[in-house]
Amino acid sequence: MALRRKSKQFRWHRKHLLGVRELSAEEITYILDTAEGFEQVSTRSVKKAPPLRGKVVVNLFFEDSTRTRNSFVLAASRLSADIIEFTKKTSSVSKGETLLDTAKNLEAMGIDIVVIRHSAGGAPKFLSRSVNACVVNAGDGFCEHPTQGLLDVYTIRKIKGTLEGLKIAIVGDIAHSRVARSDMWAMTKLGAEVIFVGPPTLMPAQISRLPVSVSYSLDEVIEKVDVINMLRIQFERLGGNPFPSIREYSHYFGLTIERMKRAKPDILVMHPGPINRGLEIESEVADGEHSVILEQVKNGLAVRMAVLFLVNQAAAQKR
Amino acid sequence: MSSELLIKNGRVIDPANGIDKKCDVLITDGKIADVGKIEKTVQNTIDAAGKLVTPGLIDIHVHFREPGDEEEETIASGSAAAVAAGFTSVVCMPNTNPPIENETDVEYIHRKGRQTRKTHVYTMGAITKRREGVELAEMGFMAEAGAVGFTDDGRGVQDPAVMLRALKYAGMFDVIIAQHCQDDGFAANGVMNAGFHSTVLGLPGIDALAEEAMLWRDIQLIKKANVHYHAQHISTAGSVELIRAAKKDSLPITCEVTPHHLLFTEERCVEYDTNYKVNPPLRTAGDVKALKEAISEGLVDALVTDHAPHLQSEKELEFLTAPFGIASLECALGLYVKALLEPGILDWPGLIKLMTEKPAMIIGVDKGTLGKGKQADVTVIDPNAEYKIDVDKFCSKSRNCPYDGWTVKGKIEKTIVGGEIRFSAGE
Repeated sequence: MALRRKSKQFRWHRKHLLGVRELSAEEITYILDTAEGFEQVSTRSVKKAPPLRGKVVVNLFFEDSTRTRNSFVLAASRLSADIIEFTKKTSSVSKGETLLDTAKNLEAMGIDIVVIRHSAGGAPKFLSRSVNACVVNAGDGFCEHPTQGLLDVYTIRKIKGTLEGLKIAIVGDIAHSRVARSDMWAMTKLGAEVIFVGPPTLMPAQISRLPVSVSYSLDEVIEKVDVINMLRIQFERLGGNPFPSIREYSHYFGLTIERMKRAKPDILVMHPGPINRGLEIESEVADGEHSVILEQVKNGLAVRMAVLFLVNQAAAQKR
Repeated sequence: MSSELLIKNGRVIDPANGIDKKCDVLITDGKIADVGKIEKTVQNTIDAAGKLVTPGLIDIHVHFREPGDEEEETIASGSAAAVAAGFTSVVCMPNTNPPIENETDVEYIHRKGRQTRKTHVYTMGAITKRREGVELAEMGFMAEAGAVGFTDDGRGVQDPAVMLRALKYAGMFDVIIAQHCQDDGFAANGVMNAGFHSTVLGLPGIDALAEEAMLWRDIQLIKKANVHYHAQHISTAGSVELIRAAKKDSLPITCEVTPHHLLFTEERCVEYDTNYKVNPPLRTAGDVKALKEAISEGLVDALVTDHAPHLQSEKELEFLTAPFGIASLECALGLYVKALLEPGILDWPGLIKLMTEKPAMIIGVDKGTLGKGKQADVTVIDPNAEYKIDVDKFCSKSRNCPYDGWTVKGKIEKTIVGGEIRFSAGE
């Protein structure tokens, strides 16, 4: 709570949101506080506020996305911005325009904010060096998905009051998960303890140097944690054969009704979506009393409004 | 009428003949006529007082991109860069487009090199057809045409049976088999060293094991063949260990190291600057230390640049998609001075040896010395002159050089190839 009060004097200065890793606890808290203010806009009968009036936001999506893309569209329109949607499935070098050329062309049309999703880690950072517009990372390779990390801690804070001292398990394909990385940075910076759970074949290199502990046993972890975040098995990213079968994976790492029986009574069950029902999470758990999965989606809107609002404000100050 | 050129009063360093003294070098008709105190008046005289006079430098690992990618580099532009950097001989890698895989291809490289009249241009041929690692390329014909070795560089030969076959077959000819040690299974689609930084940056990593597993395998294979094996651009502490053990067992193995693996660590990738994307990737501080120790112990046989030019537009891409490679031929000596001489790992004769005598031995050419009667390839170096690396002044067509703006010591004054001055500083 002390942090929240302190954040009142804080001045946001970043015109890009590239990742959570580079943010301080104070900056994260400031975004969450700003999002709280925006959450009530969605409850009004006229769901619109004016801060981005006359600004142009482009959604530059090189990977499939429904939830994040729509959430950004809605966030931008609630702030009264104009929106260009640019989706391109491949980002291959050999054919077609380069990322840089695409961005420069859009910039020539006078855009103010680029929301980018790309399969290459670092693409938003690369873009931020080359264009004048604000850049918001909507997911880059398996580097970061900062608005997801922020909406996850927003959701937890809203229900639990604070992240301080909480034990949080993140379960699944850690190696290829940008959500796991952004969550890890956001959660640990706000004082939570994070445990990565999954088979060793889905853990990234030198994980011991990250501020997390690692467990290969969901059964051991389930009893201890206050929050459990089940990652989607991303079949499109899995290289080779990191586990023998879906059946065996579900057996060891699926969040089942049986496992939930041993969880703390006030555990929160989270999932960044889209869920594979019956694979990493059983339907009864996904739809059960502990699940905050739809709450996450709802909060995502407020968090994205806050992010768009803040980067635009920082850019205006710099001008 | 015979032509003469006299280089006076330089510090002559000729490691092959154990020479390191202030004296003169006389060149007659393109050959070294004499080294010593020469009391003769020659019209063409170079005053080399305060300068080093060494055998022409040799880089046995460059990519000149011809044929196929002439917009990045040509044999002409690469050769101009070479002489500007003191190199009188270079060895092109065969991973062109199409690759160098038959005698006609080899002759094409030689002809282009001759026409350019800058540096001696040698080439290696591919070990396997199309560098696919399946069928052997015509190594015999290529060797007869003058290929100085074989490699599928850019890629390692993955199949152990194919590699063993290549090693055995090459034993018929007096050539080397060189390997870019990288097991694709371990390397997957990695773009940087696998470790903490790749994890945090969200980029696929290339584990040190990818290099070491293949090097270990090849060391087992050469025990069953009778051929000189050369490990290209080794980059890890584990590889140093393997080379140390293999040399202790007197196996016919040599290895080379690049400047970037001595000057940079993986941390350079944290800003996603694609000029640091290179294969093998930049490794850890521990690996750099091990490579330097290997050099000071004498385990490393050649210093090479792995000069890998690319267009700016190709490097201005996402780190994941940009091509691998650093263009460093033109500032090579200064980089070695910084990496090896200034920290006291090597002295001048030690450094020159790894850039002349030893690489010549590896590729089996009668060069790299100032011995009497040898072809007069000579480099004159100002060891104390400092200069700023400026990519915009490069003769090379490419600018993908992370050393741009660095101040280094060791400036090339003259590059003499076959008795002809092919490069003079300031001209």
